Amino acid sequence: MLKIENLHARVEGKDILKGLTLTVNPGEVHAIMGPNGAGKSTLGNVLSGRDGYEVTAGSVLFEGHDLLAQEPEDRAAAGVFLAFQYPVEIPGVNNTYFLRAALNAQRKRRGEAELDSMQFLKLVREKLKIMQISDELLHRAVNEGFSGGEKKRNEIFQMAVLEPKLAILDETDSGLDIDALKQVAQGVNALRSPDRAFLVITHYQRLLDYIEPDFVHVLADGRIVESGDKTLALKLEEHGYAWVAERDPALAGEAST
Amino acid sequence: MSQSPAPVPFIDALRDAADLRLPGSGLAWLDAARRENLEAFIAAGLPDTRAEAWKYTALRALGQRRFALGDAQATGHLVDPHALALPGIDGPRLVFVNGVFRADLSRLETLSQGLTLQPLSKVLQNDPEPLRFALSRHYREAGDAFARLNAALAGDGVVLRVAPGARIGKPVHLCFVGTPAQGDVAWHVRNVIEVGEGAELNLVEHHLATASHKHLGTLVSDIVVHDGAKLHHALLQNAGEESTLIRRGSVHLGAKAQAMMHVLEIGGTLVRHDLHAELRGDGARFDTRGVFVLRGRQHIDTQLSIRHQALNTASESIWRGVADERARGVFRGAIVVAEGADGSDASLNNKNLLLSPLAEIDTKPELEIYADEVKAAHGATVGQLDERALFYLRSRGLPRAEARALLTAAFCRAVFTALPNETLRDHFSDALLAHLP
Repeated sequence: MLKIENLHARVEGKDILKGLTLTVNPGEVHAIMGPNGAGKSTLGNVLSGRDGYEVTAGSVLFEGHDLLAQEPEDRAAAGVFLAFQYPVEIPGVNNTYFLRAALNAQRKRRGEAELDSMQFLKLVREKLKIMQISDELLHRAVNEGFSGGEKKRNEIFQMAVLEPKLAILDETDSGLDIDALKQVAQGVNALRSPDRAFLVITHYQRLLDYIEPDFVHVLADGRIVESGDKTLALKLEEHGYAWVAERDPALAGEAST
Repeated sequence: MSQSPAPVPFIDALRDAADLRLPGSGLAWLDAARRENLEAFIAAGLPDTRAEAWKYTALRALGQRRFALGDAQATGHLVDPHALALPGIDGPRLVFVNGVFRADLSRLETLSQGLTLQPLSKVLQNDPEPLRFALSRHYREAGDAFARLNAALAGDGVVLRVAPGARIGKPVHLCFVGTPAQGDVAWHVRNVIEVGEGAELNLVEHHLATASHKHLGTLVSDIVVHDGAKLHHALLQNAGEESTLIRRGSVHLGAKAQAMMHVLEIGGTLVRHDLHAELRGDGARFDTRGVFVLRGRQHIDTQLSIRHQALNTASESIWRGVADERARGVFRGAIVVAEGADGSDASLNNKNLLLSPLAEIDTKPELEIYADEVKAAHGATVGQLDERALFYLRSRGLPRAEARALLTAAFCRAVFTALPNETLRDHFSDALLAHLP
């Protein structure tokens, strides 16, 4: 589904990703862990097409197509979804209106029929049950005045409605208390399916107690330096990122920060 | 030997204007007022950008143009009455085509008790005396050029009175239509509107075009809202995209009188709107909500001035401007709280959005306070779309243009939430969205 090869990217003239290679198949949940500054968020931003990230080498194929050549809206229509680490507040734009416009824009791009307001409402009701999100949030402006937990749940709710093939969760656990974390994880788990893949980017192992990954990768200094199953996350929790650095002396400086 | 200045075609075209037969010609006082205003206009010419009020709006190009003195065919143009309709507005209607009253398109049969609504041309024929004061004015400021021109040449317009205590339920629809004619026409409309003590009036002013034309229209509106009266005035300016429109409104408010204006400016290529309010009676309130959305090479200059002259008066002005492509917007909001207007509350907020690096908006809030215990706030900003928000919307699948339109509409939307007529509010939103490139 997603094939990242030797990806190099820079931000503001600084090299951040330095040869990242990763393959994700349908149905798999991959966790990307790593210390601050390792390039975790850069990976999410590059995959979703944010401005300001310059890819200097490597390639990303999504279902066989060059993902990096596509506009952000085309990537969304192709089935890539990024749950933002910091969801943006958009005053004046109604949450439901926005979501329907987004879904219909994607459907239009894919040559599917747009949903009328009744059909959309029905879909939203179904997804609300999964997400346990209060429908009061739907009538407010996008993320405006939402608490940290509400913003993250709103991200997962959008994901539920848009039904992407690949969902990238960029530090979705940051700033959440344990109850909110469980709710978010529950939403994600409800959306797991044999044809949907997840890339869960996180600093802490905590989230992986609730979203069980098939693979765990350690990202350090712009590259994946260690891959394994979910037990790798536990090892990291126990030993810290310094443990990875010790195994790879070149990274010692990074890991100590 | 002094050199005579180069001839200005705009002025040149007025050479024979004094001999025009206009409605009301022959009334000695009106003839005199028209003549004096015409002479004053010709003597002073068009203001240049050295005049403070015209600093950001150059009239050189307009001065090079020659307009016909009115449109002799104005009553003959075919206009589809359905094109004039506004959703939710089905009350009395007064229609002017190229500045001339059109009985065939108007709706004056069933006027509510207490409402007098007539075209100026008819009032000048039948009973001009009550208008003597309003139409005998002399404009003295250099910036008043178009008011002088209007006073010299206006032969039609709206004369509207609401009797004291009358509450006019259905909105009164004033419709100004521009339509192509032989050559470029200059038309001038004069409106006199009075809302009697304790009365209530809903007014909808609509400027539109049947097809593209390059006419010049000037409108001067005098509005008086007497003690305890309420006026709501919604204005949709969607004039012809190549037309020039110059409007000047003055609103006088008595004690506890209230006026609320909603303005949406999207039409015209060169547009000037002067709006001056005087809060003359204790406890008067004047609120404005305005949006201008510009594209192409549109130029819109709004000059809002509000004068608090009595105790405990209040005004709140919320304006948004959007300029794309090479458009230019100007907003000046000047509030004076005069001596003695103690306890007054004035706020002015103008935010602007530039959608293109070649667009420009100049905003200038001014606040002068000479009274005590005054609450006053003003702020103005010029900015760009939030790139983070734009990316957020695009990452969810909205194409760039749609995301821009959504954010721009959101930027403007809050301004019209208080528009009382919901259908009209939706229409304003739709018109605004449709005008975004």
